[in-house]
Amino acid sequence: MESSSSKERSWFQHHFASPGQQLSAAKLGMWLFLAQEVLFFSGIFVAYGIYRTHHPEAFSIGSHLLDWKLGGLNTVVLLFSSLTAALAVRSSRIGDTRATSRYLLLTIICACIFLVVKYFEYSAKFSHGLLPGKFFDPHDAGDLPYHVRSFFGIYFVATGVHGLHVLIGIGYFIFLLVRNNQGRFSPAYNTPIDMGALYWHLVDLIWIYLFPLLYLID
Amino acid sequence: MSTHAESIGLADGTAADGAVHEENYLSAKGIASWLTTVDHKRIGIMYLIAVLLSFFAGGVFALLIRTELLFPGQTIMTADQYNQAFTLHGAIMVFLFIIPSIPAALGNFFLPIMIGAKDVAFPRLNLASLYIWCIGAVFSLVAIISGSVDTGWTFYTPYSSRASGAVLWMAMGIFILGFSSILTGVNFVTTVHKMRAKGLHWSRLPLFVWGMYATAVIQVLATPVLAITLLLLLVEKTTGLGIFDPALGGDPVLFQHFFWFYSHPAVYIMILPGMAIVSEIIAAFSRRKPFGYTYIALSSVAIALLGFLVWGHHMFTAGMSEYAVMVFSGLTMLVAIPSGVKVFNWIATLYKGSITLTTPMLYALSFIALFSIGGLTGIFLGTLSVDIFLHDTYFVVAHFHYVMVGGTVIAFIGGLHYWWSKMTGKVYSERYAKVAWALIFVGFNVTFLSQFVLGSRGMARRYFDYLDHFHTLHGFSSIGSYILGLGFVVLFFVLLHSLVKGEKAGPNPWNLAGYEWLTTSPPDAHNFATEFVAERGPYDYHLLDENIDEAAAKA
Repeated sequence: MESSSSKERSWFQHHFASPGQQLSAAKLGMWLFLAQEVLFFSGIFVAYGIYRTHHPEAFSIGSHLLDWKLGGLNTVVLLFSSLTAALAVRSSRIGDTRATSRYLLLTIICACIFLVVKYFEYSAKFSHGLLPGKFFDPHDAGDLPYHVRSFFGIYFVATGVHGLHVLIGIGYFIFLLVRNNQGRFSPAYNTPIDMGALYWHLVDLIWIYLFPLLYLID
Repeated sequence: MSTHAESIGLADGTAADGAVHEENYLSAKGIASWLTTVDHKRIGIMYLIAVLLSFFAGGVFALLIRTELLFPGQTIMTADQYNQAFTLHGAIMVFLFIIPSIPAALGNFFLPIMIGAKDVAFPRLNLASLYIWCIGAVFSLVAIISGSVDTGWTFYTPYSSRASGAVLWMAMGIFILGFSSILTGVNFVTTVHKMRAKGLHWSRLPLFVWGMYATAVIQVLATPVLAITLLLLLVEKTTGLGIFDPALGGDPVLFQHFFWFYSHPAVYIMILPGMAIVSEIIAAFSRRKPFGYTYIALSSVAIALLGFLVWGHHMFTAGMSEYAVMVFSGLTMLVAIPSGVKVFNWIATLYKGSITLTTPMLYALSFIALFSIGGLTGIFLGTLSVDIFLHDTYFVVAHFHYVMVGGTVIAFIGGLHYWWSKMTGKVYSERYAKVAWALIFVGFNVTFLSQFVLGSRGMARRYFDYLDHFHTLHGFSSIGSYILGLGFVVLFFVLLHSLVKGEKAGPNPWNLAGYEWLTTSPPDAHNFATEFVAERGPYDYHLLDENIDEAAAKA
């Protein structure tokens, strides 16, 4: 009995006074991390804003060269994955391990779909020579203004850095799935799933800003 | 009983229950026990060694620069080598040494102890931050060895976007170092919010902790902007992105905006911890509660917040709109208010205090004088009409060094002396430590006071050569730098001697009220032998003295 209770509490770190303190510290730490993520992306958004103001026509042409349907599909996929991530948190809170695994798996699948769609988008741009900076060499888009390359520069940096975040998210959710199948989480302790979902919502949120800015605004 | 004794500060934690507590955080032996430790004290010590090595490397470059400038024309190196020397001096000192110096070394060691916690909130992230620092340092080392990093520590485009590949390594190194700084910041903010011991409410928080807290907020919120800036620079260099390089349709002033949006708050990452240490030392050796405790505490937060709004003052001559320039100038002046609040409160704390001129106190008093000069010359530079004249001259160099060396480095060394016995359990030689202090103080002023004059007479910074009539002042500055260097050598031997041959230190050699003095020297692996409960403030000298009187009466 005693050993099982100590095993159950093996997640508790002894430099904390109580599990409640451990949870609230983890939450605050995660929110701080998310704040720095927002500021990290802010540089890209500021660069976008400035170059858009300087060269509105080039940005309008650039955004028309993107496929808004694929971008829209990805937006739906990512929004749905945010829902499944939130459901994973809920089911781990009520102790439904199987449902937690199912939702984690769904989140991973959605994230993979997102990257696959992104892969098709990228390869289409590559084949048309719509690349950043000195690699910019459009073959069949007609005569493009010089600064369309700035648009594609920002497009690739923004979606590339965002895609990297998606990739990291997939890795973390796989880790969560393995741990969940090992029975490491319980209603008393599901902080890592909670934190993973918070991170995933931010990745989603950044895409929700990137999508209209890059694909939709004329 | 022991809790009570501890919280009153009556006796050392060891004697309270009669048993001698031999185990401490240094007890576990072996390299592995250090490399895999999650103890904030050990991580602090490893950081301390790391930043001191960086300080040595940066210092060697400083002496090379000053030796080159001893005479007009080429003295010991070519102009290209000179460009590399000042770039590496700046980059190493700023990114490898001064940013992690106080927070990651002394802060890591003392912040948890001073709030009565067993450790920081995320000990493993703390260790990760050290390893990330090491990876960043390796990248920087590659850049140094491969040579030709010659853009200045600010990496302005288009210098940097067209320079050789070594700049890529340096930028990568700094990108990585940034994450170690962010992790420290996340850890400290969370620790201060969530890990305070029972009874340790915000109004009892030691001023050192307040300073660390304000610093950590900047680390979390400013550093990612540097990260994205350097990332864009890397992409610019590899793909010709065209964001910063005007030849590719980019805007070099945008780089400056991005860079200073981090790097101006970053100078507050550097100075706030210095102010934090000085607040502790002044109160300790005046033996009284700091005058205006609340104002000192909140002025740190005010500086941290204002620091985000003044970055434009680095770019007054870079072609910003004149309205933006005026706003930035006005906001820059505002920083003087919380800084002045601190200086006046420190002086008021000294007034009618019971002052002991120990080595840390000498450093703290030097800090007040030197920081005041550095801060006030900052107002000169924030004044638009004056800045047009002084921009990019030695006046800026001198101002910056008065704040960063006269401020942060002096406070760092003061803190090192102040807490040396607590960290190592050994006593250092007061006499020789004072000799080192005198050499450092004199050497520093000779080096940089002459640079104020040089700058105001029009000597531009970063020049390899100069006109003959600047020779005397340059000579003064170089000789001053040798005195300063000698001071650091003496200091090194004083501390080394203490480590090897120093007497064993008691838990509270100066009989101070701060919480860190309640535990043993060196502290227990869990900081306090029993659970820490704060029953008085960290500056309640009246309670401490009453208890000593009582104890004496009982005896």
